Amino acid sequence: MVTEYSTIGEIAGPLILLDGVDHATYEELVEVELPDGELRRGKVLEVDRSKVLVQLFEGTRGVDIAKTKVRFLGRGLELSVSPDILGRIFNGLGMPIDDGPKIIPEKRLDINGSPINPYARIYPKEFIQTGISAIDGLNTLVRGQKLPIFSGFGLPHSELAAQIARQATVPGAESAFAIVFAAMGITFEEANYFIRDFQETGAMERVVLFINLANDPTIERIATPRAALTAAEYLAFERGMHVLVIMTDITNYCEALREVSVARKEIPGRRGYPGYLYTDLATMYERAGLLKGEKKGEVLEGSITQIPVLSMPDDDKTHPIPDLTGYITEGQIILDRVLHRKGIYPPINVLPSLSRLRDKGIGDGRTRDDHAQVANQLFSSYARSKEVEELAVVLGEAALTEADRSFMAFGDSFERQFVQQALDENRTIEETLEISWKLLTMIPRTEIKRIRDEFIDRYLPGEGKAGAGGAAGPEGEAAADRGDRRPGAGAGETGDKKTEG
Amino acid sequence: MGAGRIVKVSGPLIVAEGMGEARMFEVARVSDSKLIGEIIELHGDQAYIQVYEDTSGLGPGEIVEGTGHSLSIDLGPGLLQSIYDGIQRPLDSIYDEAGHYITRGIDIPGLDREKKWEFTPDESLEVGQEIGAGDFLGEVRETELIVQKIMVPPTIGKGTLKKKPEKGSYVIEDTIAEIETADGVEKVRMYHRWPVRTPRPVVRKLVPINPLVTGQRVIDTFFPISQGGTATIPGPFGAGKTVIQHQLAKWSDAQIIVYIGCGERGNEMTDVLQEFPELIDPLSGRPLMERTVLIANTSNMPVAAREASVYTGITIAEYYRDMGYNVAVLADSTSRWAEAMREMSGRLEEMPGEEGYPAYLPSRIADFYERGGRTVCLGSDERIGTLSVVGAVSPPGGDLSDPVVQATLKVVKVFWSLEDQLAFERHFPAIGWLQSYSLYHDNLEDCFRNDVAEDFGRIRIEAMELLQKEAELKELVRLVGIDALSSQDRLVLETTKAIREDFLHQSAFDPDDAYTRLLKQYRMLKVIIELHHACMKAIERDVPHRKLTDLPVRERISKMRFVKEDRLEEFDEIMKDIETQITERSTESRVGAE
Repeated sequence: MVTEYSTIGEIAGPLILLDGVDHATYEELVEVELPDGELRRGKVLEVDRSKVLVQLFEGTRGVDIAKTKVRFLGRGLELSVSPDILGRIFNGLGMPIDDGPKIIPEKRLDINGSPINPYARIYPKEFIQTGISAIDGLNTLVRGQKLPIFSGFGLPHSELAAQIARQATVPGAESAFAIVFAAMGITFEEANYFIRDFQETGAMERVVLFINLANDPTIERIATPRAALTAAEYLAFERGMHVLVIMTDITNYCEALREVSVARKEIPGRRGYPGYLYTDLATMYERAGLLKGEKKGEVLEGSITQIPVLSMPDDDKTHPIPDLTGYITEGQIILDRVLHRKGIYPPINVLPSLSRLRDKGIGDGRTRDDHAQVANQLFSSYARSKEVEELAVVLGEAALTEADRSFMAFGDSFERQFVQQALDENRTIEETLEISWKLLTMIPRTEIKRIRDEFIDRYLPGEGKAGAGGAAGPEGEAAADRGDRRPGAGAGETGDKKTEG
Repeated sequence: MGAGRIVKVSGPLIVAEGMGEARMFEVARVSDSKLIGEIIELHGDQAYIQVYEDTSGLGPGEIVEGTGHSLSIDLGPGLLQSIYDGIQRPLDSIYDEAGHYITRGIDIPGLDREKKWEFTPDESLEVGQEIGAGDFLGEVRETELIVQKIMVPPTIGKGTLKKKPEKGSYVIEDTIAEIETADGVEKVRMYHRWPVRTPRPVVRKLVPINPLVTGQRVIDTFFPISQGGTATIPGPFGAGKTVIQHQLAKWSDAQIIVYIGCGERGNEMTDVLQEFPELIDPLSGRPLMERTVLIANTSNMPVAAREASVYTGITIAEYYRDMGYNVAVLADSTSRWAEAMREMSGRLEEMPGEEGYPAYLPSRIADFYERGGRTVCLGSDERIGTLSVVGAVSPPGGDLSDPVVQATLKVVKVFWSLEDQLAFERHFPAIGWLQSYSLYHDNLEDCFRNDVAEDFGRIRIEAMELLQKEAELKELVRLVGIDALSSQDRLVLETTKAIREDFLHQSAFDPDDAYTRLLKQYRMLKVIIELHHACMKAIERDVPHRKLTDLPVRERISKMRFVKEDRLEEFDEIMKDIETQITERSTESRVGAE
């Protein structure tokens, strides 16, 4: 039973207020028919007796008070799903826009989903190799994790996200995978970069795209990530696929949310964003993970790994969007303008970056036994090199101690050899660790405090069983570089002791 | 009891009419699916209700029924090893019933009504004897590790025992004893219900005097918390709040842990759930889960239940405290609780205070922490129980001027300040030593002196002075360079580096390093300070500074974290090494000079 109302009393921003409605419910889907016959959709934000506040996804332009008709559909916003959604392109509300055949729905799912019971989750531990050293080595991505990229305008976050999508594999495991891509308010060119990349690599038939471009209706963006995640949940937990969800750009999503909040005259939180921004973002980000299987101790086949991309306004990490995101997601990959200017790709600043699931996703049997300690050592040594660099700016390099100078050289090589890699360079985790150990030869052995002796003896080149874990031979350039500096730093230290003794 | 109808729905807040008989904070059941809500404001016959479940699909005209009770939870055998949502619904049972997702309108009691427990009565009880609130009737072995005492609930006044408890196996609803009171005969069951917003009564509060040993060196040595104390950990994201809370849950020597995951990540709760049954308590040799209760209201679960979760958690903790246990509540994160309050306050259109938080925020926070403490519990044996409360705070951008941080600092006695910079260097726990404080040093002094070492307090103060000095020296170095410092000052920098890297830094993931007992902590710090003294003396005898910075023993010191707890004699060897090596170097330099 669908009743039609033409009792719009007020229109403000993306909102309309209707009067004289009975039986409207909270979050109900609404269809609006404009005088020229155009159909738009909206959802109920508030019901107060017979007054109903509706938010229109496609905006209120052209809506009038006299002739526009409103129908309440008695259900929430739903997405039609079936295995055929793979390879298709949808708009921000989940309607096909690629001239393909109609989707014959296997089922319709409410795009808001339901919260996953924490008891039903399985803690993610499976290492994903992205082929990018700064991620694999130091801020490891794990299957079922939500790991956002914090970026800024003009930084290559799209390139990085696309590279991850292209290269991500779980070593030694063959399984069905899919990519769900949600574009929110990005430009045609950015979206096209991804689409072309998917096409070129032949991945397109495994991809589902939800596209809301910068010139598409703003409020539609509020539904876009939810539609995408609903598709992801279907593919992952009902079709047993490992789904990588890329959502870009969360900042545009939050701005749409703010627009509605302001139109509702809500009391604003920080920077005008609504006070419930944290909760709202959490209902999206928490739709990632692994679930328990039928039997005890089993994992349900399929997973959702999220890589949301957000641009930090003015590169400010304390802005409410990155700030609240960081409190929900399991870490963050932070892109850095200074590194970008140095010409380093990917410009990942590893120090403030973090993967909270790293420690349980790496180590013996997953990556390699020395991985965690090597990573900690690289972090602290690189942090030290930054400190020394600062010191050198004030005092000049001449005032540095020998150890300090070795750290400074280490920092530079770390950025050039470890962080930097080509757009199509896909390093295995062994190669990443190989580079790490090579870099560690640049600092005095006594300064390697975060690694146990047994690992140093086994893996540090030039320490007895040299290159024990070594797979591929060192690259020419890196080896030459090491040859230049190693005697200076290492021999100097041991030499001192001998002359004194 | 009142039955009314919904007139307004706005997110988690609904307004119902015809609720003339409703009382404040009464629980109401909303709509045909019987969603659980709590009345938070009354205007005439209109009740404002915060609903603990998702409200989509609700509309005007649907029925609302009052229940006559305020929000209460079950207290009795079966609490330990459970995982509950914010209003004590067991998440494992919800999973069995509803599958992977939490659907609405599920009504499962907090404690299993069918399960039988072996009850052993207190032998000394006699029919006709005087008995009152808090007195033991007997006990149930709840887990291998913990015995639950069955007490006369606080609601029953003084009376005489009419029916003595008998040994046997009972379900929790069975009556085990009867007490004749002024108000008639009261039946005592194995469990009772308690309203979460009301603190459970105690006889009186005492000053805390024993440390809550956490095994974390920076905490136990520098910023200790007492059993019955309160502490807060504010910090930006990624600084390691949750890891510290997990470490406390794992290793602290409280007998019962109540872990409240309030508006945090789902995977973190899963981590605790999967890890704790496998982790063995170093003190008892039993799985840690046997002493743990988990409350999980993750960030994607309904906001209103988040607000209730901290009260549910602390009420369970108080119940075990009443038995005379040392209990610790770990709440992660109280900011999410405050935000839930803010969201409801906004929907109620209240006048906002600072940052949009309601004006009653500080008093709610103070009420919460004041439920902690060392107390004489109800019961004629005047037993003592403690309840320690540790709350994490997540201020936006790590800014400590945040109202939640400020309101919390006003009431807690220990402040562990997490610092971004330390986290970047992967110095964990990232508790900054210059900002943090503990106001329990004086209370704990006696205990440390007797149980650890006479000079424990003294070397702690000395180490702290050195760290303060380091901060000043670093400023200086930044201006004039390291070469301008005197030998003594350069030695200070060497020593503080050792304090930072070899003592304060502690890996949560290394099996040997994750937990350090007090005695080993003392020995570790003592070694560093002794080395400092010895070097200082050597410098006074004109031994050049550089001869002291590369002492081979320094490498041994950097590995002393891996010394096993039962091989503390290794520290004696290190002390000896210090002595011989310094003597060696002194002689060398004297020879060199001649």
